[in-house]
Amino acid sequence: MSTGGITTGPAARTLLRLGRERVAMAALAVLVLIALACLFGPALTGHDPVRAYPDLRQLPAGLRAQPDSEHLRPALERLAFRMRARLDDVARDGDTVRLTLGSEAAFDRRSLVYLPRSDMFGEPRVVDGSPDGTRLVVQVPVRRLYFPLGTDVHGRDLLTRCLVAGRVSLLIGLTATLVALLIGVGYGATAGFVGGAVDAVMMRLVDVLYALPFVFFVILLLVFFRASLTLMLVAIGAVEWLDMARIVRAQTLSLRERDFVRAARALGLGTPRIILRHIVPNTFGPVAVAATLLVPQVILLESFLSFLGLGVQEPQTSWGVLIAEGARAIESAPHMLAGPAAFLIATLVALTLLGDGLADAVDPRSD
Amino acid sequence: MIRFILRRLAQSVPTLFAVVAVSFFLMRLAPGGPFDLERPLAPAAMDNLRRVYGLDRRLNVQFGGYLAALARGDLGPSFSFRDQSVRDLIARGLPISATLGALALSLATCLGIGLGTVAALRRGGALDRLLGLGAALSLSLPSFVVAPLLQIVFGLTLRWLPLSGWEGGAPSHLILPVVTLALPQVGALARLTRASLGEVLRTQPVRTMRSLGLPPVRITRHALRGALLPVVAYLAPLAAALLTGSVVVETIFGLPGIGRYFVEGALNRDYTLVMGTVLVVAVLVIALNLIADLACAWLDPRLRRLA
Repeated sequence: MSTGGITTGPAARTLLRLGRERVAMAALAVLVLIALACLFGPALTGHDPVRAYPDLRQLPAGLRAQPDSEHLRPALERLAFRMRARLDDVARDGDTVRLTLGSEAAFDRRSLVYLPRSDMFGEPRVVDGSPDGTRLVVQVPVRRLYFPLGTDVHGRDLLTRCLVAGRVSLLIGLTATLVALLIGVGYGATAGFVGGAVDAVMMRLVDVLYALPFVFFVILLLVFFRASLTLMLVAIGAVEWLDMARIVRAQTLSLRERDFVRAARALGLGTPRIILRHIVPNTFGPVAVAATLLVPQVILLESFLSFLGLGVQEPQTSWGVLIAEGARAIESAPHMLAGPAAFLIATLVALTLLGDGLADAVDPRSD
Repeated sequence: MIRFILRRLAQSVPTLFAVVAVSFFLMRLAPGGPFDLERPLAPAAMDNLRRVYGLDRRLNVQFGGYLAALARGDLGPSFSFRDQSVRDLIARGLPISATLGALALSLATCLGIGLGTVAALRRGGALDRLLGLGAALSLSLPSFVVAPLLQIVFGLTLRWLPLSGWEGGAPSHLILPVVTLALPQVGALARLTRASLGEVLRTQPVRTMRSLGLPPVRITRHALRGALLPVVAYLAPLAAALLTGSVVVETIFGLPGIGRYFVEGALNRDYTLVMGTVLVVAVLVIALNLIADLACAWLDPRLRRLA
């Protein structure tokens, strides 16, 4: 792209400079990886995010195939109880297990369906049985289930849940930032371009809003009106546009007097058109930086609200919800906090570093 | 100077009015009332309660009554804490939140500005990059992750510090909440200081001082004075946020601060308690912003003329 002396536009030069920032590129790679994992990962982990394994609750993180020897017997005991049978003997041989079931009355073989239904075992095969049906020997394949990040209090796979939660957290981060971006850019550009009394009134309003304890209002809104995703998006977006408006206004003030804007005006373009076509695109650099740094703030605010139980509600989940669950179970299962917290922190750090790199790249002095 | 302060105080009146109005009507719009219980009260008892607390009057009359009481400095009775006024509750909760906030603020300011200065002086070096990474990390550590982690490490495993509680403000009970509150702000302040000081260090006067052979420590001192402007501007809302208590930290560490009162008030539809806490926060935000502007004027003589 930059072969020889071909001149490139400021946007392309910015991207080229960004490409040379190794930390920012690494951060971008991490972000893309997390986003892809959240998008496609849940289909690949082999677990449904809401599938609960009651026998495998709060498993620690690890690569061991489950159910392992420790969990096999209790799981089978529970299943035998549901089948109204007694578990007389269990013998594991690799991937199959040989069960000896006993019962007082004749055993109903149809209840063997409980075994595959638990998702931990395959189709059972009857090997031997007493004629009166009180003793039955069954061979059943044991499935190998993997829970790399462990399971939660209900025995659900934490990795799958982290990835599904990431979809919600990232979606809220991006959408709320977009809301803040649209309001902030529109408001700031209008105030800065129109100027005069309009500008004074509009920015005075921003000053007043700055002094409002907004987080408190967001909490009030979410407590009073059943917390919903839309409400939270609107609430967060409405809080976070103020900085954006100030940045865009400052940029606009300096752009307003530039020749290309005067030329546009001389050509007879109307104010909305000049703002849209000539002012807004030229504020791209600082706005991109501010937006990149806004996303982690929004995600943090969302998880903070979800942590308080005011944000995302079951059955939907977000990193904040999972962290709240982990914090409650921290004494018995610290891995339940570690998994989602690692996802959240990695995303936030990567976004911050990307924003820093972008800021350096946008700064024309860095060339 | 006095005129500047007076004008700012006059400007804060509409802001405070907006805070009171928004929170008042927001709460009355909300479904549910302060006397809704699992088992509904007898209608006669409910009517009595509503009459005693003036909830049977028209909304605008109630609002007028609240404003009139507010003008006398009366925040009203609490709806959920029986026989206690909102002023008593805030008088009890605010010192706790403010103690924690002040300690966290001092810790974050010292560490943040110090580390930011070091990073700016070593710009581009290994130490700078390490500090930058650390700052990004500290910004990204949510308090609701840090708090349980600190509890499990220092409270449960090492048994050095108590898990939670206030106990009259014993130092050992303060350490974990203060660290949790300060940690993200250390990163924020360090980044701000680094960026701002880095900018100042590239200006002409600093180059002149260098060429004159001034010792680096003195140059840094001069540069820091100008570079602290954005830091001070950031400190004002930060101080307000820290002094008025963190909902999360107070919840996790079981501290009876003002943040807890706010959340409990909101959940119980305790109208007066919520309004009182929101108002206190707003007053603090406005007061601290004013102080920050005055501090900026003191740091930068150019701003005095504008004021």
